[in-house]
Amino acid sequence: MHTETEARPTGEAGAAGAARRKLLSVAEHTIEIVSDAGEGAQKCGQIFGAVSAKMGNGVWTVEIIPAEIQPPPRVPEGASGYRIRIGSQPVTNWGDATTLAVAFNEQVLLARHRLDALAPDAVLLVENKWATDEDPDIRAAWESAMSELSGREYRIVPVPMEEQCLTLVDNPRKGKNMFALGMLACIYDRDMDRVREQIAYAFRKKSEEIYRSNVALLELGYAWAGEHLDFRIEVEPAPSSGALVVMNGNEALGLGAIASGMELCAMYPITPATSVSHYLSEVFERFGGIVHQAEDEIAAVGVAIGASYAGKVAFTITSGPGLALKTEFLGLAVMTEMPLVVVNVQRGGPSTGLPTKVEQSDLLAALFGQTGDAPHVIIAPATIEECFHVMVTARRIAEAFRTVVIVLSDANLATGVTPFARPKPEVRWQAEPLDLAPVPDGQKAYQWDPRTGLSPRVIPGQPGGMYTVTGLSHDEGSKVAYSSGVHQHSSAMRSRKLAVLQSLLSPPPVYGESKGDLLVVGWGSTKGAIEEAVDRARADGLQVSSTHLRFLSPLEPGLKKIFKRFRKVMTVEINYSDEPGEPFITDENRRRGQLSLLLRSATLVDVDCWTRVPGEPLRPGSIVEAIRSQLHHLHHSPRGGNQS
Amino acid sequence: MTAHSVHLPVLELNLEDYEYEMSDYEGARARWCPGCGDHSILTAVQRLLAAEQLAPENTVFVSGIGCSSRFPHYLKTYGFHGIHGRALPIATGIRLHRPDLTVFVVMGDGDCTSIGAGHWVHALRYNLDLVVMLLDNGIYGLTKQQTSPTTPQGFRSNTQPRGSWLPALNPLQVALGVTNTSFVAQTAEWVPAHLYATLRAARQHRGLSFVRILQRCPVYSSAVYLEAVQKPSNINMLVHDDGVVVHELDKIYTNQVAHDPHDLDAARRIAGATDRVNLGVLFRDGSKPRYEETRRVPPRTQAERVALIDAELDRYAI
Repeated sequence: MHTETEARPTGEAGAAGAARRKLLSVAEHTIEIVSDAGEGAQKCGQIFGAVSAKMGNGVWTVEIIPAEIQPPPRVPEGASGYRIRIGSQPVTNWGDATTLAVAFNEQVLLARHRLDALAPDAVLLVENKWATDEDPDIRAAWESAMSELSGREYRIVPVPMEEQCLTLVDNPRKGKNMFALGMLACIYDRDMDRVREQIAYAFRKKSEEIYRSNVALLELGYAWAGEHLDFRIEVEPAPSSGALVVMNGNEALGLGAIASGMELCAMYPITPATSVSHYLSEVFERFGGIVHQAEDEIAAVGVAIGASYAGKVAFTITSGPGLALKTEFLGLAVMTEMPLVVVNVQRGGPSTGLPTKVEQSDLLAALFGQTGDAPHVIIAPATIEECFHVMVTARRIAEAFRTVVIVLSDANLATGVTPFARPKPEVRWQAEPLDLAPVPDGQKAYQWDPRTGLSPRVIPGQPGGMYTVTGLSHDEGSKVAYSSGVHQHSSAMRSRKLAVLQSLLSPPPVYGESKGDLLVVGWGSTKGAIEEAVDRARADGLQVSSTHLRFLSPLEPGLKKIFKRFRKVMTVEINYSDEPGEPFITDENRRRGQLSLLLRSATLVDVDCWTRVPGEPLRPGSIVEAIRSQLHHLHHSPRGGNQS
Repeated sequence: MTAHSVHLPVLELNLEDYEYEMSDYEGARARWCPGCGDHSILTAVQRLLAAEQLAPENTVFVSGIGCSSRFPHYLKTYGFHGIHGRALPIATGIRLHRPDLTVFVVMGDGDCTSIGAGHWVHALRYNLDLVVMLLDNGIYGLTKQQTSPTTPQGFRSNTQPRGSWLPALNPLQVALGVTNTSFVAQTAEWVPAHLYATLRAARQHRGLSFVRILQRCPVYSSAVYLEAVQKPSNINMLVHDDGVVVHELDKIYTNQVAHDPHDLDAARRIAGATDRVNLGVLFRDGSKPRYEETRRVPPRTQAERVALIDAELDRYAI
């Protein structure tokens, strides 16, 4: 570790000073700002991320969220902040480690260090007022933290942030984040006009005076860094690729829902899904839609089902515990063949679990959570861009197949921000206006096509219908089934629809070579990290490819054929699986990753898994290690691959 | 009867001149037990539908689970036989999207006051324009005689064989205690003329009309309302021009109590009375905000929406 006792002025501004600065030109850099909750680190990070995107960098941002709203100050578990990975190419995931951090105290920095979030040679700009605090406990805490951090080759740069801010404002707790933003703008040579613009946007609901004070602090931070820091970092912009928009996955889900023509979001607050409804509550009414905050999770799905029944497909949005509560209603929707879109923004589970952290643990609950046989569709968007488009697809499938579609997003997509190709909304993406034409004579409530199980949907208001739908087993006339054979047939009709949907899907593309030693299979938000890992492994000469599934029910077709071209297949997932070799764990009793279970049963291929539940997105570097380890095993075990 | 026209958001149906009769609303043959009070309620409802000339295709009955929740199957209207306790959320979704539909909700006492109690309280507060019927027989019948919240204290059941432990929940007091409740009435299926008149008043009220219908189960709880059935002197008829007045019953039900249904305090006193059974409209206030109107937004055409989304994307453009 190099701790600079005091950041040295790089001399007078101008050519002479500039000449002594080190310009580091890199293809990517990962920046984070960490503070106690409420000190504005997230706002600083959001602005920096947005400006970087607008300047043409590839960007992926991640929120660092403490579990409590107001954790005590200066404790590691209270670390709150924002990580921004920027690159000269599109960035698809949060990467491995932070290369430059700004910390408002040493305790939150310590938290990041202990999570192994900081690169071994990271530059750490840390508020230095704590070193000389009048409270001896705080001084001691600083000393102890510095000693713990000294185990790495970090470059620690103490910065008198508060002292500097006090020259402009009375309360540096409000505004230190803008000083930090100014430093970052200087280090990464951000366009200050754009930064000011973004500040104006971020504080658009605040007074002009607050804007001016923030800009003054920004410029102070910029000037201070210009004078005292002896390095600059250059990350060239990514090649221009047409019109882009930048947003997080929950905003994309909300906008996608609007673009799909749905007009009702029924929800109950739950992290990390709620921000979709925050966004929609702000804008939906302009589009002719409403957000109904129901009295509970059960009512939320019930209201959506009622609205769908009445003719306009509606959606509900929730996270794990809420999905559990909706279970009985989902069975009813399946049984009554009610089109319905359910978004589950997954978090860590079971139970209350990790409310703000990413996990992919609800796949099996989403698929098998209902009692009885309840076939329905599950789609998982793999990118933030797909969060937008999946809503259009989900509504169309729900309506065309008279079925429930569960969309599995997760906390990584929900709060991640990245630029993507600007969608071009089309009329045909939207639901058709209600058609209340009379029901043709003799048409039944479920006029199942015996081959496909599909049947025309009838809605109240259509003369000649007047069916009573029911969760009881029923025949095609929706008459309660009292005779044998009816339940067998109706079950087959509801199930058949999934096979029909599968027949319309294409096999998933393989990323990398179409054959080789190892195929990594993923689903959901891990796509970017997996493909980056595959790129790195291939660059090292490893014969590895990957494929990524969007449809989990029905599974995409052709998987067995694809798997057979590899010696080994392994899923990478953010859910729990037993580790081979752990006490008592055998090949028979090993509990496996959720997708791998499905793939094994669908293909009879011995699909292995590498899964983790770290409460954070997977790092590409960790996936590379898992690939290496799997290939090592493959090449050195007597039985090798299992495809023979 | 004159032509009946129904205004819909996207097209207008001008039905030919036709007068609906009670038989137009008959669905499958009712399978309730002989002597079940639900038969009488079904008849009153069919009479109401005909009297109001509600087009069957624009009428929806939503129910939960229980004997009474078979109700929609026995009507020739649209029906949604849902899951236990959850009729009200479904009805809420229907009304929010389709205010052109007339929506009735049928629940039993287990449905409404036990497993669905949360929805009940909130539905009263939303005050959507719904007729909500609680068919209260004070027992779980479909699952064969278990205690419900409205089972009288001491009444024996299969789950409380030494008699119900707790005083019965009073649904009228609950309904009258909820903020924004706009209509609360009580009637009894063994007084068909009163039942019909009360349902008609409920239907004509704009807002959520909560009607508790005392209903006999001849198999499992025949004793519950026995005294009130046998002795009309045990019944008070609440009368008022804004409530329900059924003159043909005057000679039988001689306890006539003038009650102004706009007087909430008086309604709460009556709801809590234990000496006699009070039938009539306890409370009504047509001025309470209705949720589907509060939340109404201007509809958008597909093309308008496309243009608006494009403008919204500008906010995120880089």
